[in-house]
Order: sequence, then structure tokens, then C-alpha cells
Amino acid sequence: MKKVGNHKSFSKIFFSLALVLVTSLSAFSQDAAKGKELFNTNCAACHKLDGKATGPALRNVESKYDKEWLYKWIKNSGELIKSGDAQAVKVFEENNKVPMTAFPQLSNEDIDNIIAYTSEPAPLAPAATPGAPVVAGDAAADDSGVSNNVILGVLSLVMMMLVVMLFLVNNMLTKIASAKGLEVEQKDRSVANVFRAYAKNQFLVIVTVILLLLTSAYFAYGWMMQIGVDQGYEPIQPIHYSHKIHAGDNAIDCKYCHSAARVSKHSNIPSLNVCMNCHKNISEVAETTATPEYSKAFYDGEIQKLYDAVGWDKSLQKYTGKTKPVKWVRIHNLPDHVYFNHSQHVTVAGVECQTCHGPVQEMEIMRQHSPLTMGWCINCHRETNVKVEDNAYYKKIHEELSKKYGVSQLTAAQMGGLECGKCHY
Amino acid sequence: MASNKKYWKSVEELNENSSIVETLRNNEFVEPIPVDQFLGDKESLSSSSTTRRDFLKYVGFSTAAASLAACEGPVVKSIPYVVQPEEIIPGVADYYATTMADGFDFANILIKTREGRPIKVENNNLEGAKTGANARVHASVLSLYDSLRLKQPKIAGKDATWADVNTKVKASLEEAKAKGGNVVVLTNTMASPSTDALIASLVAKYPTTKHVVYDAVSESNALDAFQAVYGVRALANYDFSKADVIVSVGADFLGDWQGGGFDAGYAQGRIPKNGMMSKHIQIESNMSLAGANADVRIPMTVAQQKQALADLYYAVLSGAQPKNAQIAKVAKQLKDAKNKGVVVTGLDDVNAQLVVLAINIALQSEAFNPSDAILTRKGDAKAVAQLVADMKAGKVHTLIMNGVNPAYTLANSKDFVAALKSVKLSVAFSMKEDETSSLTTIAAAAPHYLESWGDVTITRSNYSIIQPTIRPLFNTKQFQEALLTWTDNTVAYYDFLKSFSATSLAGKSWNQAVHDGFVASVASPLTAVSADYASAASALAQAKSSNFDLVLYSKVGMGDGQQANNPWLQEFPDPITRVSWDNYVTMSKADAEANGFKNWNVANGGLNGSYATIKVGNTTLENVPVIIQPGQAKGTLGLAFGYGKKLGLKEEMQVGVNAYALYANLNSNQSATITVAEGEHEFACVQLQKTLMGRGDIIKETTLEVFNTKDAKVWNPVPMVSLDHKPTAATEVDLWDSFDRSVGHHFNLSIDLNACTGCGACVIACHAENNVPVVGKAEVRRSRDMHWLRIDRYYSSKETFAGDVELKESASGLLNSIDTFTGMEDPSENPQVAFQPVMCQHCNHAPCETVCPVAATSHGREGQNHMAYNRCVGTRYCANNCPYKVRRFNWFLYNKNSEFDYHMNDDLGRMVINPDVNVRSRGVMEKCSMCIQMTQAVKLKAKREGRPVGKDEFQTACSAACTSGAMKFGDINDSESDVAKLVESDRMYHLLEHIGTKPNVMYHVKVRNDK
Repeated sequence: MKKVGNHKSFSKIFFSLALVLVTSLSAFSQDAAKGKELFNTNCAACHKLDGKATGPALRNVESKYDKEWLYKWIKNSGELIKSGDAQAVKVFEENNKVPMTAFPQLSNEDIDNIIAYTSEPAPLAPAATPGAPVVAGDAAADDSGVSNNVILGVLSLVMMMLVVMLFLVNNMLTKIASAKGLEVEQKDRSVANVFRAYAKNQFLVIVTVILLLLTSAYFAYGWMMQIGVDQGYEPIQPIHYSHKIHAGDNAIDCKYCHSAARVSKHSNIPSLNVCMNCHKNISEVAETTATPEYSKAFYDGEIQKLYDAVGWDKSLQKYTGKTKPVKWVRIHNLPDHVYFNHSQHVTVAGVECQTCHGPVQEMEIMRQHSPLTMGWCINCHRETNVKVEDNAYYKKIHEELSKKYGVSQLTAAQMGGLECGKCHY
Repeated sequence: MASNKKYWKSVEELNENSSIVETLRNNEFVEPIPVDQFLGDKESLSSSSTTRRDFLKYVGFSTAAASLAACEGPVVKSIPYVVQPEEIIPGVADYYATTMADGFDFANILIKTREGRPIKVENNNLEGAKTGANARVHASVLSLYDSLRLKQPKIAGKDATWADVNTKVKASLEEAKAKGGNVVVLTNTMASPSTDALIASLVAKYPTTKHVVYDAVSESNALDAFQAVYGVRALANYDFSKADVIVSVGADFLGDWQGGGFDAGYAQGRIPKNGMMSKHIQIESNMSLAGANADVRIPMTVAQQKQALADLYYAVLSGAQPKNAQIAKVAKQLKDAKNKGVVVTGLDDVNAQLVVLAINIALQSEAFNPSDAILTRKGDAKAVAQLVADMKAGKVHTLIMNGVNPAYTLANSKDFVAALKSVKLSVAFSMKEDETSSLTTIAAAAPHYLESWGDVTITRSNYSIIQPTIRPLFNTKQFQEALLTWTDNTVAYYDFLKSFSATSLAGKSWNQAVHDGFVASVASPLTAVSADYASAASALAQAKSSNFDLVLYSKVGMGDGQQANNPWLQEFPDPITRVSWDNYVTMSKADAEANGFKNWNVANGGLNGSYATIKVGNTTLENVPVIIQPGQAKGTLGLAFGYGKKLGLKEEMQVGVNAYALYANLNSNQSATITVAEGEHEFACVQLQKTLMGRGDIIKETTLEVFNTKDAKVWNPVPMVSLDHKPTAATEVDLWDSFDRSVGHHFNLSIDLNACTGCGACVIACHAENNVPVVGKAEVRRSRDMHWLRIDRYYSSKETFAGDVELKESASGLLNSIDTFTGMEDPSENPQVAFQPVMCQHCNHAPCETVCPVAATSHGREGQNHMAYNRCVGTRYCANNCPYKVRRFNWFLYNKNSEFDYHMNDDLGRMVINPDVNVRSRGVMEKCSMCIQMTQAVKLKAKREGRPVGKDEFQTACSAACTSGAMKFGDINDSESDVAKLVESDRMYHLLEHIGTKPNVMYHVKVRNDK
């Protein structure tokens, strides 16, 4: 294990070294680094280096406009437009007449730094960086597998050796016997004979039949119990939406998009305008998001699907008004005769979404994590304590019930969470 | 017993020697089946593309494929909004205030919507809201999803565009203007100031235009009388909570009399407080809801009622003593009550209406409120008659109709239909392709009120807003929008309404008014001018009747028949007769016997009856089923409007006869002759046992005197049983260990028999909330109705229920008892009536739970008896063991089944389904769940907000729908709640207490004011 650990930290060091190398290579002037920082805090909400967002692309912007004009524009573009500056009006009109925030707090020096950053040439070979974590990942995946495999391998080797040894011993003994002239009794070992002997032994037959029946009943029961249980259901969705990128990598709260889960029985599939809160500005994924399985081009294509659905013209930065709702495939389907309310669990009980939905933040493709069977619900109700703290609703009933049952914590079952009518009506 | 009878199938069989008979007798298949022919012919067999083996292969393969495919779950698509409206959260209900106004029903209501579709009507409980929702208002949400609605405008029966319609109408209007032709706008009572303004602007543009208001069920005489006295075309308003003595002469004020909505005030005065309650005397010919609730009911013919009213007038104004002893007593009580007395009448006679106004003015009655007059009836019978005459004479150039169906509702509809041909252009704004709109040049598709904007003045102190709760489902346009277009006004009706209403909002903002649904103000006082009351009274005193007095009325369920295609209302049992899916003529037992009409029950329990032919003037109505109605005044007949409609209805709903045919001159009191007709009619009646049989422990009843003077043990005795040979109260004996119910919530439903008027709003509310299926007439006849909540109606067999009990007690010996009980099955000529809503009693010791072999029904600690439908295997043991008979079995699949072609069989109708409640399948038992989905939702809301549940926050669909306050629901462990107090009341009792089921539904002893 220790060895493996070394291997891991080594790859980490290698990776960070590589990163430092790359960044230091590109950081050929001090002000560009500062400029990048300023760019990310002030400009990145509306501008990209390459490609149009709310505002135009900013790479090599200094080559297009006079620097003095840029100072004025950045510090207060509105005034410049109002003053009737021909160039300012033109820029304003080219960008759908969206006014640019004024930045009076930026000094000329700051702006120079930003320009230094935007005038950097576009990176050419970004392929090296995403490669590194993949290697590290492979190594990490190995570390638990190795030991098991080794043990198994050694064990099977020992077994093989035993078998071989037994064979050899047997051979040896036969040889000795024949050398000594002893007659080894030859039994009729034909299959038919063995079977005949077996069939004659009623006890054995009965035991086998019982065993057979039991096993088949076991499998039949198992098979029947999974009918209608869609655990692991992982349908192909019309848009490849990665929960891993959103909830995992970017750590967006589940309830940001599934906001209805707080107040409603449904945890809604977010309407497309919620997607556009972010994706108005994020029209492509970062290079680092791409994986060997899903390329950057693939992800960008999926974002384009969203734009098509919501009717967003990326180049004009405008809604076209032509929408086509997305027909998602519903994954969690409770039967009609069950009433389930998300808000009861999410808001009142404070249950983590992952408790039922599994590690969604790791799921590239969403799937049904839990069986959603009644037994599964009931188990949780038996084991989970009701969150009564700071909830005036529970105050009286909690006092009375804890006195009755002589416990300080009440499970959902003790609160009546196992009654048929609580979920079936 | 052996029989020598010989049965034969055809005449041929009688001929012994017939060869055909011989052949038929010996061969089951007369024609040989060509098996040999096919199998013997090798050529055809080999040339057949499918050999026997192939065939078996296919069968085997497809069976395997089908069973494999069945194991796979279906792929469910989930489609979110592209841009989600801010107020819509999937799974959370939104409520909008609006106003129902269809010309017959007017009410300030809330609409519950889910994911943008209206699914339920709730009462608007803001102070000042007018008229609680009745059964029809509750059902109106289903009429929105009527699959037979007119989906686009039609010109001469062909689909057209609105542009075409507008051009055509405008051209016709211009032509009328140029040629001086008359334009008539014929509408129902819209009570809408903004619409009146729009019609006025149409009149201004086309001066030959006239506006005629036509109510299908007219209050024209009452309107004329009020107008004569107060100068306003309206109806006097009454607040019965302020009355100690209520005398009603033929007014069913708990039903649809003058627009209804009086039950809340009435019920307030009926609950005994400090030993006082109001006294209600009903003088009438039909057994009405008001009559059924009365303390004293005097059956009289129409003429007798008129004389009685005249007597009351003389007694109150001049002190003259009436000759009739009963009326004299009434007059004395009324006079003694002074300003606490009130008289109302439903007699369709202008003199009667005038006299009533005079009596109330003379009494200075506090309950009588002419200032806050009702504005929901404006129809003018004379103007309508004139219109038909003008049309006949060819004097009408263009006829524009909205919300009326005269070809169905006019007595002289034949004249109207014929005269329609001489009208150059006729337009009918209608939701249906009905009798009228199918004949007019243009059938203009009108939206449902839940898709419309509008304003309504229900009374003079009320200004209500109609707001849409869903986008128009079809290509419809409001009448008001069309009026704007025709007057070249480019403003949208919404904007017009918004600016028009500015003066009526009494300081409220537009948004606030829309949010509240109405604006309440103080009505300016109206002063009475003197009218010729004396001659009105003398005219009344001379009233004489010949033949039978036919009193036409509207049923609580069907009303004027606008919603005849609404299966909820068709299946709604009439509160009095308990017959659904029909109208019928009601007559007294004496008249029935004298004229040879019969009612009888057949083997399957169904009620059958004779047919009658009714003749009024020259009009004959044939095949009218007859119901013998206890309490019907001798010499009178009753017949309900709203049935017998043929167009715009599914076949199943085309039931009953059209009573409008007899509604000559829009007068509900007619003189008729009746004769027996051939055949027998099959009714769908849900209650076969008519009388209470002296079982005083089911409906406990007492008189105000006993209630005030005696101990509760006397008038509300707890049944006693023997325990260890000692009499013990049944409530104290227990077969089971008691469960501690003091922790958490414990739900109880309280029903006050004094406040329940039997109106049935709760029945429809329950239907809507719980997705209760409609089963149709044939199934209801087999007692397979699915109502979770029924309102039992009991008659007494003596004059009073107390009399019944006495009779039962006095019966001794087996033979005597049998005779007595047989006799008690017949209701009295003028019985006392009692209503009792019965739903699952949610017994703490439920007999159903112990017999379920699969534990599908079990008890919750909060008091509800749970029913897990998917666990149920349909043994029906529970229903057999239920002492209250409240469990309902799904004999068939009632949804998506063309055999039951009601709302659950079409996509549109299914939109009304409540998504929080399961739709049950075939073979499953179901019953009232005490609206567990509603209590769970209230609890969850409180939990989310981290607060205890508020006082009286818990509701069920029935208790929320109950405007009379008879049904109260809540948590008895919350000492603050109403039910916690009600459970302690000494009027409280449980149904069938002696069997020890310990129900969670309680009743309150009915007290009658016998003073």
C-alpha cells in the first residue's frame, strides 16, 4: 500500500510541476498575470477572449481600437455613446444595444494590464494538460485492485500446485503398487453406472430435488421481485446533460435547478430559462472538461442543442422566439397509487438529495440509484429520526410522543410514517 | 313441480311433421363446417402461405414476445416549460378569485388550479362575498371540459373564422341601419355593467337596436312587483338570520328561488342558541327543500296559497282573523314576531309578490332588505313575448343572442323557430351547438366563464370581477369582445373593463379587486312608493283553481338545464326524491290512487313508475314518468325544468322530458290535466327505504320545548347495553383495547342536522376533490352509485317522527309488530322530513378493518380509516360488514372505458381530475378518506413554515363546501378548534352508537321549533 501511495503523490507532483511549467511559460510579463485576474473578475461575465458572448471577443482588442478611446470606453461607455462618438455608437449598435457596465474604478494601468492579457496569443497545444489527470486516475483505480488480484493469483497458484502434487502422488503410488505386484481393484466408473447408483439412493434423489426446487424458487422469486423495479435505469436523454459537470465539478446546489423540490411534491425538471441563467454566457465547455469519452466538441454540441430548444441565437446573442421544448425521459417513476412529496423530505426533514438519488455529482449520465420499492421507503422511515429541532410544528407532538415511547429521538415510523394512508390515497 | 307446459321457439315448431324442425333438433350446426373440404384438399393446403406448423410458430412467438414486452416498463416523457411562469410550480395548487355568472347561478368563488388547469371550485370566504357555491357552481368546472363544446364559430353550419363572422354581422347591422330594420340583442341576465355599457354603445351606433333580457326560468312577476314599489328592476334581498318567524308561501328559498344563496343566513338562525331558534312555516304545493326543512309545512294548492297570502295580508295590515285555523295561527305568530317576522313567496303572480312586499314593509321586517336588492334576474316576460310576435311579423332584421337557448326554453319554441327564418341574420353566442345555435345563421363559439373576463353586480352592494383561470381551450370569443369589434372599438375587452370598472371599485385598486374577486360597498337606500296593495290582495283572495295546479320548479342539481351535459349533475340525486338521471311529475298519493298512477319496486330493487300525459292549454307533454311524492298538496303536480334536451348532449345525458314546453307565458304556475299513458318507466333512485321506521337513534330529533326544559339524557339518550347484568352506556363498553389518541392530531367531522338543508353542494365538491367516477343511470339503478357522500332523506310515516317512535314502542306481539312495521313503510301524506349526510364514519373500532383478509383497510392514529386501493383484492367483505353502508365497489373500470362514456372517457374531461388523488381501477373498494390529501397538505404546509397548525385550518372538501355551517371539520386534540367544542356539545351523538364502533363523525340532534 505504501508503495502505491508514493506512486500517487509522485504523479501529483508531476502534474503540478507540469502546470507551473505551462503557466510560467505563458507568463512572459508580470502585468499580463494581473490582467488575467482583473479580466476574470470584471470582464469574463460578458466577454470571452475568443468568440462572442454578451459582448464581443476581446483577443487583440487593442489592435482594433485606439488605446485612449478604450480607456474612455471602459471607464464609462454610456457617456461616450451619449456624447455621439461615432465609433462608440457603432460598437453599441453592433452588440444589440446592450449597455456595458461602467468601470470607473479601473485605472489606466489596470486597463493596460488587461490589454496585456488579452493580447496574448491563443494557446496552441492544450492537449497535454487534460492527459495528466487521466493517467493519475488510472493509477488510482489500480491501487485497490492490485492487492486483491495478487492474493487471488497466489491462492490459485497454491491450489494448482496442490492439484499437481496430488496427481503426482497418486501416480507414484500406482507405480509403486504395480511394481510390488499389488492388484488395484478397478471399479466400473462409467457415468451410466454412477447415475444408476445415484438413482437407487432415494435419499440423495430427494435431497437433490428439494435443493433444485429451492434454488429455482429462489431465482423465480428474485426475478419476480425485480419486475417493475427500474434500479439502474439509465435512459438516453435528448440532451446529454452531465450531472457530474454541474453538481460535481462546479458544485451547483441541486435545488438551484430543482427548486420546486423545496415546496412541491415534484422536484421539477428545470425549465429551460433556468439553464439560460448560466448558459447565456457559457456556450462552450473549458478544454479541461473534455474526457476521452466525451470530447469538447461533443459537449459544445449538447449546449447548442439547449440553444436550439430555447431559441437562443449564439452569434446574435438574441432569443429568436422559436422554441421546441425538450422531451426528457423520466427516470424516477413512482406508480400512481403512491403519493410522495419532495418538500416533506427536502425542506422539512432536511434529507440530502443523495440519500435517495445516490452520488448524482459523480454521474455523467443520470440513473436511478435506489430501487424505489415500498420496502426501501419503509426501511428508511424506520431508521430515520424526524428532524424536530427548530420546528414549532413538532414541538407539542414530540414532547408527548417521546414521553410515551421513552425516547428522546423519534423515528418517522413512530411519528406515524408507516401508516398506509400516509402515502396511499 | 312438474310442468306440462310446452315451450316453443317458433310457429314452425308446432308442426309435428316439419322437416326443418327435425333437422334443427338433431343438428346443432345445420350447415356443415367445411373442415374436410379444406384439410382434404392437399392442393389448397400446400398452396396456403401459412401452414399449420407456421401458424403454431407464430402463435408461440407472439405470445412469448407479448409476455416479454409486458415486463418492460413504459418510457415516460417529462416535458418542462421553456420559460416557466413565475406563479406556476408543478405540484403546487394556485387559487384565483372569480365569479360564476351564467345567467342562472351567480357566486363569488375561488378556483383551484393545478399546472394551469382549473380543477375545483371553492367558496370565497372573504367578508362580503355573495352567495356560496351550490352544487351546480361546484360542478361548473367540469362543464369547462365538456367535449361537446362549440370549438370554433360556424356560419350556416360550416366552420368559419371570426373575421368572417364580424364582417357578416357588421354588414347586416349596416343594412339594418340603412333600411331602418330592427336589431334585437337578446341576452340572459348578465348583470354586467360593462356589458350594458357596450350594448348601449351598440344602440348608439345602430339606433334601431333594442336589448331584451330573457331568463329561461323567469322571475318576471317578482321583478315587476319590486319595480312598481321601488322603481328598480331587481328582487328584494332577505337575511333570514335576522328573522324569528319565517313564513314562506311557495318559495323554495333553500333551493333556486330568486337566485338562491339564502341558506347560510337561514341556517344561522336554525341552530338553537340560548334556547332560541327561528320558526319556519312553509305553505307550498311541491315538496321543496325549504318545505323539507320547515318546522310546520302546510300543503296547499296554488289557489289556496294565494288566498292564504291574502289572509295574511289582511291579518297583518288590518287585523282581520283568517278563516282557516292553520293560517290564523301563522298570522298570529307573524304578528307577534313584529319586525322579527318575514314573509316570502314564490307564487308566480305579480299580486302575490306585491302583497308580500306590503306585508314585509308593514312588519318593518329586519330580515327584509330591499336596498341591497338582488340584480341577478332581469328577464322581462312581456318583452320576450313581444319579440317572438315581432319576429313572426318579420319586423326583426338582425337578432343577436347571448347565453340563451329560446328554441329549447320557450314554451312557444315552435313559433320562435319558425319566426327565426324571417330574421335576416341571426347570431347565437353559445358554448354548445344547441337547439338555437344550430338554427341561427351564425353560431358564435362562446368561452366558459373560467376563460372570460367580466364584471357582475350580484346585489346592489356588490361589484364582482370575473377573471379567466385558463387560456381559452378553443377558438372562442366573448360576446363583449364582439360588441367592441362591431362598434369599431379597437380596445381589448380587458382594457375596456379595467378602465370601466374604475368608478365601481370603491377605493380598491384594480389588482386588489381582481385578487379579492369582488368589491363590497354600502347600497344606497331605496324607498318604497305606495302601490295598490289592496286591489292586489283582493285579486288574490278570489283565486280559484280548476284541474290540477302544475307548479314548475328547478332542481338543485339541474337548474335551468344549461349544464345538462355535466355527468356530475346528472348523477346527483335529487335531495327530495333521491332520483338521479331524470325529471318526473310529482303527485300526491291520493291523486295517484284516484287516477291510476303507480310506483313500485322490482326484483333488483329498482323503482318503476307509470307514465303520464300532461296537457296545459293546447300543449301536450307525453311520456312523463310519475313519482308519488309524500307531502305533495292534493290537486297539484310538480315538474322540473332542465331535462329533455337533445342537442349538444352525449346520448347518455339525453334524459327526461322538457318541462319548458308547458311554461306558457313564462309562468311557473299552470293549470293542467293529467292522464295515464302506456308503459312503465325505470327510475334510477338511490334510496329505496323512504321512512325512518321509528329508528330514533339514527336521526335523533326533539322539539325546542323539550330541548329547553329537559335534561340531555331525555332527548339525547346514550344507548344502554348489559354488562355483567348491569345496564351500562354503550359508549363505555369495549371489545378491544383502546388506543391512545390524545397525541398528535385526531380528526373529527361534525354534522349539525339542524343546519343541514340537504342542498348537496358537498356531494359535488366531494366528487371533484376525490375523482369519484360517474357510473350512469343503469348502474345507479342497480345501487352501484359511487358517491362517497350521500345525503339520506327520511320521511315520517305519521305526521311527525316522534309519532313514529310512539307507534313503534306501542306495537306488541309478533303479528301486531309486523302489521305496524308494514304500515310504517308508507310515508305520511304530509310527513316530516330529515336529511342526514352519511359518509365513511371513520370508526375507531371499524368493523371493516377486522374482516379485510389482506389488510387493505387499516386505521391511522389520526382517526382516519385508511384504504390502500392497490392492496385491495375486492372481496367486498368490508362493505358487507360496514353498518353504515358507505363503502363503494368499482364493479367496472370507469375511466378510459367507452362503456362509461362520461368525463373520464375523454382527454378533455380527464383534465378535471385531481392529481393528488388516485383514480381507482376495477375490482377495488373505495370510500370517503376524510380528504386525507387535504389534511396531509395542511400539515406539510405548517411543517414547512415551522409553525403549529392554525385554528380551524384543517378542512375536508365537504366541510369547505358547506355554506350553511352544518359540516365542521378539525382536530379535537386542539382545544381551540370548533370541533373540539362541538364534540363536547350535549346535542352530539354518533350514528348507531349501540354497536360500539366509536366513529369519528358526529351528528347533532335535530331540534324542531314546535311553538
